[in-house]
Amino acid sequence: MMVEQLVQSKLVLLGEMGSGKTSLVQRFVRGQYFENQESTIGASFFTKTIPEKHVKFEIWDTAGQERYHSLAPMYYRGAAAAIVVYDITHPASFERAKKWVWELRQNVQNPSLIIALVGNKVDLAEEARQVPEADARTYAAETGLLYFETSAKADINVTALFDEVADKLPKAAAPQQPSGGIQLAEQAAPPPRKAACCST
Amino acid sequence: MDEEYDAIVLGTGFKECIISGLLSVDGLKVLHIDRNNYYGGQSASLNLNQLYERFRPGQKPPAELGPSRDYNVDLVPKFIMANGALVKVLVHTDVTKYLEFKAVDGSFVLSKGRVEKVPATDWEALKSPLMGLFEKRRAAKFFSYCQQYNERDPSTWRNWDLTRMTMHELYTQFGLDVQTIDFVGHAIALHQNDAYMMQPALPTVQKIKLYYESMMRYEGLTSPYIYPLYGLGELPQAFARLSAVYGGTYMLARPDVEVVYDEAGTAVGVKSEGETAKAKFVVGDPTYFPDKVRKTARVVRAMCVLSHPIPSTNDSHSVQIILPQKQLNRRHDIYVFCCSYSHNVAPRDKWIAFVSTTVETSDPQAELAPGLQLLGKIDERFVEVVDVFEPLEDGTRDKAFISKGYDATSHFESEMLDVMDMYRRITGKPLDLGKGDLRKRQESQ
Repeated sequence: MMVEQLVQSKLVLLGEMGSGKTSLVQRFVRGQYFENQESTIGASFFTKTIPEKHVKFEIWDTAGQERYHSLAPMYYRGAAAAIVVYDITHPASFERAKKWVWELRQNVQNPSLIIALVGNKVDLAEEARQVPEADARTYAAETGLLYFETSAKADINVTALFDEVADKLPKAAAPQQPSGGIQLAEQAAPPPRKAACCST
Repeated sequence: MDEEYDAIVLGTGFKECIISGLLSVDGLKVLHIDRNNYYGGQSASLNLNQLYERFRPGQKPPAELGPSRDYNVDLVPKFIMANGALVKVLVHTDVTKYLEFKAVDGSFVLSKGRVEKVPATDWEALKSPLMGLFEKRRAAKFFSYCQQYNERDPSTWRNWDLTRMTMHELYTQFGLDVQTIDFVGHAIALHQNDAYMMQPALPTVQKIKLYYESMMRYEGLTSPYIYPLYGLGELPQAFARLSAVYGGTYMLARPDVEVVYDEAGTAVGVKSEGETAKAKFVVGDPTYFPDKVRKTARVVRAMCVLSHPIPSTNDSHSVQIILPQKQLNRRHDIYVFCCSYSHNVAPRDKWIAFVSTTVETSDPQAELAPGLQLLGKIDERFVEVVDVFEPLEDGTRDKAFISKGYDATSHFESEMLDVMDMYRRITGKPLDLGKGDLRKRQESQ
């Protein structure tokens, strides 16, 4: 009986403020949507397991550090996948998304990094779309990105997005960190053996 | 930027980022600014290109040193005591989830010209080649006393009042010889010089206990130290992220940023690029407050790239070697650190060794020679002499809360004392690490 191991994969979110990064994650992780999602205080790190795909996502939200261009290198470190979000009703956010893709390629060493470009707020497509789907698809195809149009609010395509990213992750997962890591929050090791001869 | 904040923090060094994180968690509105376009200030870890820019302007790193980005070389190398204050803060704030740590393989000391493993427990003392047979037994009794000593339990005191008795007197009670005292004081209690001998024994006994408890803190440790993968530069980034997650605003690359004072000389905000941000107080490293600090010491550090482990350290991938001052006729110890690709600070089959000490002469580089001699062949070497500053005032009057510079010590304990003292000065309350860590608080919500 072989139990397939969960592959732990770091997934980072990028995109202009207000494009809906946090809403997408909330929808995916908790099945929730909040109308006026403030920049997330106190929770910008989520884990979500997709058991049937043997993947455990560790999802990093930017915590607003993208605002003045101050994302730390740590944010990109060890990422297996990235979701770059723009708002289909804001062309500037699409242009910004292209810059994020460029930055990702500069900062992430993993050659098999999966990048998904996501046009969010597709529930507004009929009344307010500004970025044509064809433009984004062409760009994604040229640059080797997955492409999805989603709505965190109306729950459109969100599961499909994360499922597809999970499917594309290399199965013979890139070797995890070198062994020997220590979990700091762990309980102390059991008390040591007592030296026999010398207690006083 | 033209806004009002509770706190403005200048410089993204290790201490500033912890303070920023703690204040944000407390609910304060924090603006954190750095003049550089990278995180970490003096506590950054540099890649090879950045090292060359700093030390060999105009030169390109030679190809045989490997890819630049595989290097994470600390400007201020230190190890982390596994049961020390930094680990407690990391766990308390749940910042550990952003970081990965590995054990440091070994802790060594120079004794009579030889590099020997530091025995830190009663049973290790019995095996150590550092001592003769009878001395081993005396040392084992001494360690046993320190290990079981409990400030709150007089039955462990043996009727000695360690708040009055000097450390010298305590050593004498156990009849320890000069060599043993040398490695206990410098390689276990980690004192930089012998001034502690004439002071009360309690702080030193606590330091010995900390070393012992750190060795016991996690299963399988072979030294009391741990170290993060990718270098110490990860620490400020992780605490900056904590701050941002709790609403802190981050601005990098503001070379012109400066503190604004009112007529009374109180810090009231900062200005940069024609904008002003106001705050109830300003925190920062000494470089942002040139008129409010004094130089206390100079530290010389050599950063060396090796293609082999340090000789006589059992092929360790990560070690500390302490060279006690007395053995070298110096007033301050020399510290040797080494890390390798096993902590992701160098390309495969490369080691990074650091040699550092507090400057005592007009030829600081030469002072490092006894440490450099231990390294074997050195592929490349960078040497830096830095001034260490401390604030003139404690900040309560002028609302400018300034951190001390990073000393030559080999671990973070003294730096954490400064952080906790700053936190107390700023908030008026001590840092309470006992009120349940953040993860538990979040889970219970």
